[in-house]
Amino acid sequence: MSDVYVVGVDMIKFGRFPEKTVPQIGSEAALMALDDAGLTIQDMQALYCGNLGQANAMVGQRILQEIGQTGISVVNCANACATGATAFREAWMSIKAGVFDCVLAVGVEQMGRGLLGGGGGGEGIPKEGLLGSGTMPAVFAEAGMEHARKYGTTFEQFAKVSVKNHHHSTLNPKAMYQIETPLDTVMNAEMISYPNTKLMCSVNVDGSAAAVLVSEKKAKELGMGRAVKIKASVLASDPYSDRDLVMPDVNAVTRIAAKQAYEMAGIGPEDVDLVELHDCFATAEILHYENLGLCADGEAGRMIDDGEVALGGRVPVNVSGGLLSKGHPLGATGIANIYEVCTHLRGEAGDRQVDGAKVGMTHVIGLGSACGIHILEKVA
Amino acid sequence: MSEQAVSNGPLPVVPYLKGAGTEDPYLEGLKCSACDAIFLGARSTCSKCGARDQLKATRLENKGKLYSYSIVYRSFPGIDVPYISAIVDLDGGGTIKGNLIGIEADPANLSFDMALDVVYGDALGRKDKAGNSYISYFFKPAV
Repeated sequence: MSDVYVVGVDMIKFGRFPEKTVPQIGSEAALMALDDAGLTIQDMQALYCGNLGQANAMVGQRILQEIGQTGISVVNCANACATGATAFREAWMSIKAGVFDCVLAVGVEQMGRGLLGGGGGGEGIPKEGLLGSGTMPAVFAEAGMEHARKYGTTFEQFAKVSVKNHHHSTLNPKAMYQIETPLDTVMNAEMISYPNTKLMCSVNVDGSAAAVLVSEKKAKELGMGRAVKIKASVLASDPYSDRDLVMPDVNAVTRIAAKQAYEMAGIGPEDVDLVELHDCFATAEILHYENLGLCADGEAGRMIDDGEVALGGRVPVNVSGGLLSKGHPLGATGIANIYEVCTHLRGEAGDRQVDGAKVGMTHVIGLGSACGIHILEKVA
Repeated sequence: MSEQAVSNGPLPVVPYLKGAGTEDPYLEGLKCSACDAIFLGARSTCSKCGARDQLKATRLENKGKLYSYSIVYRSFPGIDVPYISAIVDLDGGGTIKGNLIGIEADPANLSFDMALDVVYGDALGRKDKAGNSYISYFFKPAV
């Protein structure tokens, strides 16, 4: 099986674009990724498109209607917040399988504002606020409080995640926000679901990201100069766990995916130079330090206290600003994370560059649940 | 007018709340005879071990311990906040989620594994389109 390389990747600056259509937003990143690769839509043999909000509306084909209808294979993917990573992985698999040499993956989302989850459904009367809360801030608060229960993690430690990621985003011109948020600002912001304040919740934004994936043969033909090798691509679903019916377990699914990814890449967590992980809420990021093996179980609180996960630390996490400040357009997030890691591996991340980055990891969680992990490696 | 008839007694908020409107409401789980996993709601196959047609109805206990929680300050219009969204491990097995009432919504008042009772009462005045009232379950600090 051929190794697979990213030869073009980009994202638009995340923001709010109510005047545009979903395919228009997706097309922007698609064209940027093609330009980055020095290729055109005529060179693409297939398109893998990730979008959640219009999952039944042929977004991939409509993107081609914007940028070039060449008759190629199009697959539309929806997998909650792992949607973009799933589209990217489908693209990777098509090359691994030897079907194609050169394909495009696009992730795009146009978001509304406000709370996600807890919308109800089912028969009878609404259950929100009656049988607890199904809103995302509450669900991830409960997951964080499980960590507090086990290891004594504090509100302040959770809040520090948000301070860090907002700081990182001041160095990322493509992030939604570039605003410093000191600890007292984060902790005194409106409480949404304890212990998550408003500044500890990811930002609903519109956005898109795209990547051109090629076989080794094609990569050599194009020149390896800025190519990034995909060392591992994994997608896991949630295994049975005792409380899964009322408390989605984002830990077990991540641990399954991480173990497989490290094995596939032939490396360990100590070899990873930077990580973009799924900080949909500040509480979630803490859990994943341990789930991804960046530290031992119970050490995540210390890790944020000691600055090990900040830019300049032992293993910087979410130097893009993360979902908390860069923003979280659900279907685009999984490819935007890959853009961020590739940019560091290429040495093109400017003020936020992780010095000497050779290997990076991306992680997303779609509640329900899906976990997508990619490990990427610098080539040249 | 909806075709759904107004029933005589209050309805259960979830299908696994049994005995709504009686003196003896309780929650019913389905327990897998092969692996002892406990589920809420109808199913025929165990998602833990894959056994088929081994799930038997079992009465869950009305006592449990606080496993995790969040205090919800922002919800949808019309929903009273703050409230405690609690995840509770029931004594004898099974985990359920609901509102913890009868205690101020302040982390200082809450401790993991605190003993809780499952209590039953009107579903905060909520009615369906046909005008039916509902019985819900809640958690209260154990007496």
